[in-house]
Amino acid sequence: MSLTRDQVAARIAADIPEGWHVNLGIGWPELVANHIPDRREVILHSENGILGMGPTPAPGTEDRNMINAGKKPITAVKGASFFDHAQSFAIVRGGHLDLCVLGAYQVAPNGDVANWSRAAGDVLPSIGGAMDLAAGAKRIWVVMTHCDNRGGPKLLERCAFPLTGAGVVSRVYTELAVIDVADGAFTVRELAPGITRDEISARSGAPLAFDPALREMVVA
Amino acid sequence: MIDKRCDSLAAALEGLGDGARLMISGFGESGRPDMLIKAVLEAGITGLDLISNNAGEGTTGLAALFLAGRVRRLTCSFPRGAMQDEIEALVRAGKLELDVMPQGTLAERIRAGGAGIAAFYTPTSFGTIVAEGKETRMFDGRGHVLETALTADFALVKAHRADRWGNLTYDKLGRSFAPLMAAAASCTIVEADEIVELGDIAPGDVITPGIFTDRLVQTAPVQWEQAA
Repeated sequence: MSLTRDQVAARIAADIPEGWHVNLGIGWPELVANHIPDRREVILHSENGILGMGPTPAPGTEDRNMINAGKKPITAVKGASFFDHAQSFAIVRGGHLDLCVLGAYQVAPNGDVANWSRAAGDVLPSIGGAMDLAAGAKRIWVVMTHCDNRGGPKLLERCAFPLTGAGVVSRVYTELAVIDVADGAFTVRELAPGITRDEISARSGAPLAFDPALREMVVA
Repeated sequence: MIDKRCDSLAAALEGLGDGARLMISGFGESGRPDMLIKAVLEAGITGLDLISNNAGEGTTGLAALFLAGRVRRLTCSFPRGAMQDEIEALVRAGKLELDVMPQGTLAERIRAGGAGIAAFYTPTSFGTIVAEGKETRMFDGRGHVLETALTADFALVKAHRADRWGNLTYDKLGRSFAPLMAAAASCTIVEADEIVELGDIAPGDVITPGIFTDRLVQTAPVQWEQAA
């Protein structure tokens, strides 16, 4: 059984300890915010200039100057701060963020990640903040579907698409598994309920090792 | 007496002509100087060499400049959005040149431009196609890419409060690129929600010191329907 996007987001949130400063990429990573327990202080950064990003505002209370990097309406929590883009990316590149969760097209066992373009000759290449986050955050975790729309693997020996960052990813979460990326290898730590080693290997484009303590992904 | 307030939008835009290298503040809709953008549009200024994070959304603001064919070159980090089909058509037709880079690199290049730093090494993009053809260097065993400063003839900036010396504050996430652009442009034109008396902004609350501001106007509501 594959997990839902919210279940995977909840699984990621469970791995984020109190006190971390975290940037959540656009799309699936944003869902992680909904699953961090209220009493756990995790400070969310958005690269357009806020630490202490809060939940979506109530309808009718949106503010054009309160949006996140995905240009969606946000609020600020108590203790939040605003700053300009240079300071925001000083936070990013300076290694001050404990974690960035990125979406991705492809990940390789050497930690390479591709998430911004499907071809080198893209007419409208759109990089945004992803390359800075990939280069600067202390940890890069990826959340993505295990396979692409056509069923092709996204865990690959080498990324075929243009890289966002080289050698930066340390963990991948998909609807089927939690996979560590270290020492040039993928190591499966957890499998979704009912998913076998053979199934996950068949859906991956690079060899998978299995943690001796391999366990089932806890479903919220 | 120093007074940077302008009597009219025409006075605020004086000297801004065809082909100008122009920075426009904002991130998406936040911090976007809509009144000044519309004034540029209505003044018929074209061939702009534009530096702004996005290409805009819908038919208003920045998007209106692209749809009217006023931009020949865009330096940005993220040209995709609600009007990406129109932007792509302009690029394919050879009417718009794009220079896309990582957002932090764009911000730091502008910061450097205003700070008198000619170039800097960043770890961002090392090992990617963005770094191809650029000078690279190892520091502490880590690859870095040389990036150069960006400056402009003019900047259009949206502020929240301003005084006649041009001291500025910003509204929440409307700050984004504005303080960087204000410093990086030869002539910085500001529209502010509110123009207050000198001294009304406490010195410690000033985000952009007036030294970076050249001209100042107060924001009035913009009707985009008439501009399109």
